[in-house]
Amino acid sequence: MADLTVDVAGLRLENPFILASGVWGETGETLARALRAGAGAVVTKSIGPEPRAGYANPTVVEVPGGLINAMGLPNPGIDAYAEEVEAALKPGKPVIGSIFGADAGEFTTLARRMEKLGVNALELNLSCPHAKGYGAQLGQDPDVTKRITAAVKAAVGIPVLVKLTPNVASIPAIGKAAEEGGADAVCAINTLKGMAIDLDLFRPVLSHGTGGYSGPGVKPVGLACVWELFEAVKIPIIGMGGISTGGDAAEYMLAGASALQVGTAVYKKRDRTFRDLCRELDRFLSARRYRSPRALIGKAHGGPA
Amino acid sequence: MTGRVHHRPRIVAICEKVRETPLVTTLRWKDSTKAKPGQYVMVWVPGVDEIPMSLCDTGDLKGIAVHAKGEATAALVKLRKGDRMGIRGPYGHGFRHKMGKCLIVAGGTGIACLAPLVEKLARRWPRPSVVIGAKTKSELLFVERMRRSGAEVLVTTDDGSAGRKGFATDAAYELLNRNRYAAVYSCGPEKMMRITASLAQCQSAPVQLSLERYMKCGIGICDSCAMGGLHICIEGPVLDSRRVVGLPDFGVFRRDACGRKEKI
Repeated sequence: MADLTVDVAGLRLENPFILASGVWGETGETLARALRAGAGAVVTKSIGPEPRAGYANPTVVEVPGGLINAMGLPNPGIDAYAEEVEAALKPGKPVIGSIFGADAGEFTTLARRMEKLGVNALELNLSCPHAKGYGAQLGQDPDVTKRITAAVKAAVGIPVLVKLTPNVASIPAIGKAAEEGGADAVCAINTLKGMAIDLDLFRPVLSHGTGGYSGPGVKPVGLACVWELFEAVKIPIIGMGGISTGGDAAEYMLAGASALQVGTAVYKKRDRTFRDLCRELDRFLSARRYRSPRALIGKAHGGPA
Repeated sequence: MTGRVHHRPRIVAICEKVRETPLVTTLRWKDSTKAKPGQYVMVWVPGVDEIPMSLCDTGDLKGIAVHAKGEATAALVKLRKGDRMGIRGPYGHGFRHKMGKCLIVAGGTGIACLAPLVEKLARRWPRPSVVIGAKTKSELLFVERMRRSGAEVLVTTDDGSAGRKGFATDAAYELLNRNRYAAVYSCGPEKMMRITASLAQCQSAPVQLSLERYMKCGIGICDSCAMGGLHICIEGPVLDSRRVVGLPDFGVFRRDACGRKEKI
């Protein structure tokens, strides 16, 4: 049996698998369920200053290789979310608060509020591909990324993770900007911009038209992003994008990820997701006589085997 | 990449439209997908919204009974025969059959998802007892359809304009005192379902409840319909009352599109 414990950005995780933001995260009780089902940590839904309903349905559509979603950042607002964080903290494992704002001022206000609610780290959503004025519209600009990261870092004492969008010409440039802003880690990747069109009605299926593509189909893209980031930044990388097996997890770690996030896989395996991933990663490591997944991090870049 | 995709709307044309009551209209379409009583579909009204609707017909002709109370349902009842809409599903857990005499307790439009179950149960002996409650006579739904099925039907209205004056739970109380039931099925206002579940407790008959919550994805990922960590979209909408009555949400609050709690 390998010891799956990993340390990333000051957080100790009993295993490298973190529930990604947006999945199961609207309520604290469901986040607690994910932790009890074996997640090493969870990320909350992205929370903004005010309640937000998000887009009209359809907000999710299945396509070969995964899902496309355009939820539109629905959330109850930071005030109402306090009790959800409280419920999510009950199992006693790390809870990462995801926040989104329109500028550095909104981000710092939210960051302070989230820290007070007791979360163990923050994830800055600079990567949602389908919300005007938020997410990727900020995170595609290295200067904005650096400025918001630095402002949040100056405002809080807990670790700050920056979630990056793959919808840019150069993800290492954005990763470096986050590092220069003082980020404790970067998370890559958020969803790829995508869409589906109905062939009977000649119209997009999602009410918002475009959305974010996630699931096994984006894994090669995520891997390449983590690979390039590993060569560009010194801070740890939390890898994600289509992870649904222990082999996928190992690939991401070999590309340079220190920990992993899992989202879309949950709709197929639900409560089994995290325990299955742990068992498969353990089997992968044990078969190769590794005692810890830490030994895999960045190994594909050519260090001693 | 290829592979079968399940969670994508398929476009159907409405082939039957029936105005059941001043508030409720039934829409039907041809659809041979397998479905069980109690399951629901996500109904896409293009350009408006996509909402969960329990099936009131589960055979090769599928149907939904639409109560126009919001934007999407108002748009649905305006659709005409031949108009197209998108369907995903059927989704979720339906009612589980039990041998023996069954009691069905429906409030308001709750009878819609129970109607196909009653029709199945009424084909065997002993006949099921069905209580249909509504505020007033004009809001009673599927009473004739339930009588035609062969079930024993009891009607209650809050104002006494049809059937017995009182609540569906009053009639359920009397039936539970008079007969032994192997199972109780209920759909309607949560306060009514809570009372039904507690009344049935003394008979230790299993109680299955059909719940309604705000839904978006329908596939157990977005958490909009969460209720005490349960996803009504796939672990429901039909749940055993023992899993439900202890939840602090049940009969007390639901969540809106933002995820905020609102009183029921």
